[in-house]
Amino acid sequence: MTQIGNVTSQHAPSAAPKEALQSSPKAAPDGADHKIIARDVDVFYGDKQALDKINIDIPNGAVTAFIGPSGCGKSTFLRCFNRMNDTIDGCRVTGRIELDGQDIHEKSVDPVLLRARVGMVFQKPNPFPKSIYENIAYGPRIHGLATSKTEIDEVVETSLRRAGLWEEVKDRLHQPGTGLSGGQQQRLVIARAIAVSPEVILMDEPCSALDPIATAKIEELIDELRETFAIVIVTHSMAQAARVSQKTAFFHLGSLVEVGDTEEIFTNPRDKRTQDYITGRFG
Amino acid sequence: MRTISVLGMSDHIVKSFSDDLHQLATDITRMGGLAERQVGEALDVFMRRNAAGARAVIERDTDIDNMQKEIERQAIRILVLRQPVAQDMRQAVTPFKIVNAIERIGDLAKNIAKRTLVLAEESALDAELLEAIAEMGKLVRQRICDILDAYATLDLEAATRVWMKDEDIDEQFDAVFHKLLSVMRDQPEAVEACAHLLFVAKNLERIGDHATNIAEIVHFLVTGEEMGTHRPRGGSEWPTVS
Repeated sequence: MTQIGNVTSQHAPSAAPKEALQSSPKAAPDGADHKIIARDVDVFYGDKQALDKINIDIPNGAVTAFIGPSGCGKSTFLRCFNRMNDTIDGCRVTGRIELDGQDIHEKSVDPVLLRARVGMVFQKPNPFPKSIYENIAYGPRIHGLATSKTEIDEVVETSLRRAGLWEEVKDRLHQPGTGLSGGQQQRLVIARAIAVSPEVILMDEPCSALDPIATAKIEELIDELRETFAIVIVTHSMAQAARVSQKTAFFHLGSLVEVGDTEEIFTNPRDKRTQDYITGRFG
Repeated sequence: MRTISVLGMSDHIVKSFSDDLHQLATDITRMGGLAERQVGEALDVFMRRNAAGARAVIERDTDIDNMQKEIERQAIRILVLRQPVAQDMRQAVTPFKIVNAIERIGDLAKNIAKRTLVLAEESALDAELLEAIAEMGKLVRQRICDILDAYATLDLEAATRVWMKDEDIDEQFDAVFHKLLSVMRDQPEAVEACAHLLFVAKNLERIGDHATNIAEIVHFLVTGEEMGTHRPRGGSEWPTVS
């Protein structure tokens, strides 16, 4: 298994330039700028159906939160967006998922390049067992985004600055990334994801292992990054979903129950199941 | 004592959360009952021009103020501990507005009692005028009773009826106002008493307004949506003089 940036793949990195996957952003029918469009997405683990006919539009320049009880399929669905489910034995995805209008399941789509465009941050920070500098430099170097030392230095500094980590690590860039605190490690892997200039960042419970201060820093970072990226976050914290997202989608038993503006979902949800879940009434 | 309804009661996974919301609604209803009683007694002592009774009404207003503080403290506690959302959020946030309206109703009842202390010294007041104010008072008392019932049972229809009906109080206020003008024209010596009576009537009209404010809060509490803005209105804020 090869790891690239902050994404995991079974495939070796392709030599093709990253731009191979780029296509011009397509405006959604309703005029909104949708980065990802999912239609009738089913996911199966062997015979067991984990997701049933999911339809959702993920907006650009905004944070979309996926909420729902454990096992509802929200992380499974998140992993569909960069084909991380390809790496899971027995997992089968059907339906159509478009990134900027292009079906990500097309044969011409290289999943490795897809994962550079659609980066991912996990619950537990997973820096490479390398220096802070190398954690950031690896992705841009392997994707040919930066070649000279000056270019790579610049990407490392820019990425760490955008992740709000530069001031804390600039004097120890060549020390191991694993020596940082949990919150710093999580910002390091976000910096690593940013370094390959993705368009979408998927975050699977990025703060669940962090203390409130580290959580606040990540939330602040999410708020800053959303202007540039489409961000999708899976979280079990209702308060966090309410704070950081503009759209919220509630999943239950493999179905998408309700999706809408976060403010609306948390003040006046339409579906009783949503209301029961967010208010702590789930039996 | 009114029976209390709470939205989605009894099925919180954390039972103490449901208990807290129930206690909050119970205390608000008790506070409302106290204000309702204050309005009733203020009107009674006003009609009988009973100075001792008026002083008792004035003193009891502190109880309402204290209940307001206690209820706000409870609501803040729920917000901090539970971070409520959706219907729970509405049940934890609307108390701040409701107790404010109830506290104002209490203040207006106290003001009627204060006017009563002055009017108790007056020998003769126009009987027809007093009758008109008494009628207005009856309507206002009924309106408070209706809206507190609607709040306790979360009865959206009843709350909407209160909201729609405020015009009759406004109309009665207009009628009282014009009667007062006519008495003041005819009996210049009664001008001072009439000025006090005008404030009594205005206080009642304001109490009616607070009942409709509570109706709007109940609507938001139950539906999560604001009430429309077009409510029929009987009189103007202060009636015009022709």
